[in-house]
Amino acid sequence: MSAGAAKISVTVAEVTPVNELVTRFRFVRRDGGPMPTFSGGAHTVVEMNDQNRVRRNPYSIMSDPADREGYSISIRRDDSGRGGSLFMHRQVRPGMEMVISNPVNLFALDLRARKHLLLAGGIGITPFLAQIKQLSAMNGNFELHYCVRTPSLASYADELMANYRPRVHLYHDDRGELIDLPALLEGQPLGTHVYVCGPKGMIGWVRKTTAALGWPRESVHHEEFLAPASGKPFEVTLARSNKVIRVGEHQSLLEAIEAAGVEAPYLCRGGACGQCETDVLEYDGTFLHKDHWLTPSQCASGAKIMPCVSRFEGKTLVLDR
Amino acid sequence: MLEGSIPSRPVYGVLEMRPGRLHLMVADAEGAQAILDLAASAFPDFFAGAHIIYLPKKSGDKFVARLEQLAPAQLYVGPSYEAALPRLRRILAGAHMGLQIYLAGTEGLMGQAMLEATQAGIPHSAIQTEHRGSTARRVQCVHCKGVTEDVTHDPFQCAHCGLHLFVRDHYSRRIAAFQGVRIDAEDPGNIPESVERFR
Repeated sequence: MSAGAAKISVTVAEVTPVNELVTRFRFVRRDGGPMPTFSGGAHTVVEMNDQNRVRRNPYSIMSDPADREGYSISIRRDDSGRGGSLFMHRQVRPGMEMVISNPVNLFALDLRARKHLLLAGGIGITPFLAQIKQLSAMNGNFELHYCVRTPSLASYADELMANYRPRVHLYHDDRGELIDLPALLEGQPLGTHVYVCGPKGMIGWVRKTTAALGWPRESVHHEEFLAPASGKPFEVTLARSNKVIRVGEHQSLLEAIEAAGVEAPYLCRGGACGQCETDVLEYDGTFLHKDHWLTPSQCASGAKIMPCVSRFEGKTLVLDR
Repeated sequence: MLEGSIPSRPVYGVLEMRPGRLHLMVADAEGAQAILDLAASAFPDFFAGAHIIYLPKKSGDKFVARLEQLAPAQLYVGPSYEAALPRLRRILAGAHMGLQIYLAGTEGLMGQAMLEATQAGIPHSAIQTEHRGSTARRVQCVHCKGVTEDVTHDPFQCAHCGLHLFVRDHYSRRIAAFQGVRIDAEDPGNIPESVERFR
């Protein structure tokens, strides 16, 4: 079995600029068949053959879960990122053949909820676009609060306002508009679940405020894909494969393992899903744990590492891989 | 403290204060003592945001005066769970997120109140429980589906269909009851002596 979710060979059907920073891409199957079904909040991992390296980045699927003709994703250009979004914006053209993964959902709606309170910041709107289509098809009770920088960067805000107006609330940073979060949360009926997708600070703010107001942890959902951090290069011994590899400055440990031809499990590549958890056999140095998966005590134990986002500094690192 | 045997068998904790707008407490008999113990470590105004539903059962008025002294926003003392149910449902229907639920006393009471709370949308894992008093069980007959309350003996005779039932640890949160299965299904009439397993 190969690593990650099953792969789908696709053709890029459309490349549509949404605004100055965001572009939408639509993928259809090369064999003309229907796409696998998914639920709102799912992501797909897009493989990019960028010169002599393979990038694999997760993006939320924003199209209607009932639409099996294709998947749409929207990508915000990050000029100071590792290069995945720049590749998509600059190199990808309609008609190009690419490979994406089957959908994986780490940010699903809890359908037991009486009401879904959706909080989006910037490009964090994408999973909610699919969830809203799913919810409106089943007559679900939802409310979207969407924070954007400026009206011109408010991706899909017009469409959302036109289709779901009373349920959609927009907040513009440049006009000093801010969600009154404590008041919003306190007014929610019993059985409400809150979902937040956006910048790290926003997710932290929502988690802290809900905890202080006595919301159950199980009723608060968040999604944040971490981009693997760059850092000092380091050397790793892969004991089972009997290889010594070097992790480059702008490469993740997982990418370096894959580049050496060793298959390693993964799903989200963003420190959230836990799939790539790897046993450490020996080490002399310091772990730079960045993931949301390992508990503080697991991090302290030195026995585990999540190679998709975490790094290492020191003399020796031997992994069971 | 009651111990877990199989994963479905509920385990109970010790009530602790949590942040919240409204603190709903439901207790029966000796469960009152769990609320009084919680009060010993609670900050002064805590009970000003508390609504207590208390069913004394056999403990009579042993705990009622002390519960009154906590000065909760509301204290209801009632004769049975069925009598308290409309009130419980009314509170849940009008409540907002931030409601905290504290259940104390017998398993039957905690299970039924938890069922109401989960149906109102609260995750079961967010509901606090503390077992006090009787270990008598609420058991559903898997054959006739009738529920017998306060089962102390095993096997026991179903109050509805009369079959002799073996009391399992298999518990249903959806029904808020343990499972009772006919003990002489394979050898009709061979019914072991009933022993008091739950007091």
